[in-house]
Amino acid sequence: MADFFYNTNLGIFLLVTGEALLVIVLLLVALAFLMYADRKIWAAVQMRKGPNIVGVFGLLQSFADFIKYIVKEIIVPAGADKPVYFLAPMITLVFPLIVWAVIPFNEGWVVSDMNVGILYIMAASSLVVYGVIMGGWASNSKYAFLGALRSAAQMISYEVSIGLIIIGVILSTGSLNLSDIVHAQDGKYGFFSWYWLPQLPMVVLFFVSALAETNRPPFDLPEAESELVAGYQVEYSSTPFLLFMIGELTEVVFMCALISVLFFGGWLSPIPGLPDGILWMIAKMAFFFFLFSMVKAITPRYRYDQLMRLGWKVFLPFSLGWVVFVAFAAQFGWFGGAYARWAVGG
Amino acid sequence: MAQIDWTRATKYFLLWDFMVGFKLGLKYFFRPKATLNYPHEKGYLSPRFRGEHALRRYPNGEERCIACKLCEAICPAQAITIDAEPREDGSRRTTRYDIDMTKCIYCGFCQEACPVDAIVEGPNFEFATETREELFYDKEKLLENGAIWEAEIARNLEMDAPYR
Repeated sequence: MADFFYNTNLGIFLLVTGEALLVIVLLLVALAFLMYADRKIWAAVQMRKGPNIVGVFGLLQSFADFIKYIVKEIIVPAGADKPVYFLAPMITLVFPLIVWAVIPFNEGWVVSDMNVGILYIMAASSLVVYGVIMGGWASNSKYAFLGALRSAAQMISYEVSIGLIIIGVILSTGSLNLSDIVHAQDGKYGFFSWYWLPQLPMVVLFFVSALAETNRPPFDLPEAESELVAGYQVEYSSTPFLLFMIGELTEVVFMCALISVLFFGGWLSPIPGLPDGILWMIAKMAFFFFLFSMVKAITPRYRYDQLMRLGWKVFLPFSLGWVVFVAFAAQFGWFGGAYARWAVGG
Repeated sequence: MAQIDWTRATKYFLLWDFMVGFKLGLKYFFRPKATLNYPHEKGYLSPRFRGEHALRRYPNGEERCIACKLCEAICPAQAITIDAEPREDGSRRTTRYDIDMTKCIYCGFCQEACPVDAIVEGPNFEFATETREELFYDKEKLLENGAIWEAEIARNLEMDAPYR
């Protein structure tokens, strides 16, 4: 049996497909509850109860919403470019989903343990912006178009910073493989061996860039409901809109996973002695998702010029300088080799 | 070269505002919720609450309205229409008492004007209908409201009486 799955082409195909399906299904089910958690947290900060009717404590709210979305009528605006109009939500959903292939949930629990994992993530997640641009343009609506333009500029700006921040981590590890990045953070100090300590300012920068990258408040300018109604989503209804929403949320959760892996030791246990495992990974992701939700609840929206200033005048020079600093620190072994953990990556 | 405001710069780089906001957010996070689960829970209504209209009767069953038409005269939205003629026993009564609830602005002038506390605005605010026509109340509907809400209306009038 094992021989079939590991050594024949069909077996490997079935195995990988099964793994991918498992990740996607579990992820989508988790998303339903994360959506609910997001709304509950947001509601709690505003002293509301949030969804509490469907199911116990409203736990099934997302499923009710799901049914509502798929039975609604799909309205295509007159003058919309139909193929592009329907392609856009699919792109927005598919690209955040495929990047999960390289996220290690546990020691060896990864669909594709590829050596250029980070590169793959950067490549796939940059393509998400196409979904937004195509959606905005194909809708043939001014609100949608403005939202898409903003989104394009915003996502590209912050991707530059994210890339540079990740380069700092890569320099320290000497590998683009996400599992290796986690291994490099394994040390005898547990929590304090992880990358967040040597890379501390970059953790904050990464988190804020992730907010901008996923169009979450305070950087939700593309959607900006008070000025652009819903930005690039304004002409979408029913299932296409649902795909946009799931895609965005997947990206948010993906960013939580990425920040856990890059800076907070993935599946590693924070306390030396406790066993490592997937539960730590899930706990870390849940924690960062909570932070994402809290930020959504407490921050007002940035103005467009403020957003651009922060991206290009603060984040970019800061992260660029940090890359240079990490390069020197890693090469010359400053700070007791905290920046050079090439034991695994080589 | 402009002077650098170091306090401001430090706060900016330490994300000071964000931290304060986060703390405040968490404080409210654990506060008791202000939500009322509306159809199941309802908020407090003052005795003076001006809701759906009702025509009251005396305890012996005689209707209070004497067709003085003060309410019709004072109604700023001109929502009330009254026709009157003497009844067989010679007392002056309405033959028609209509309120167009779509015109009514719920100012409460009609119940202020009424010398016999006949027309009142009760505590009911859940009388939405599916058609516009259902909101054109006639005398029968108003008297029926009076029968349904008499207990609450009487209580509210009594509670409000010391302040009048």
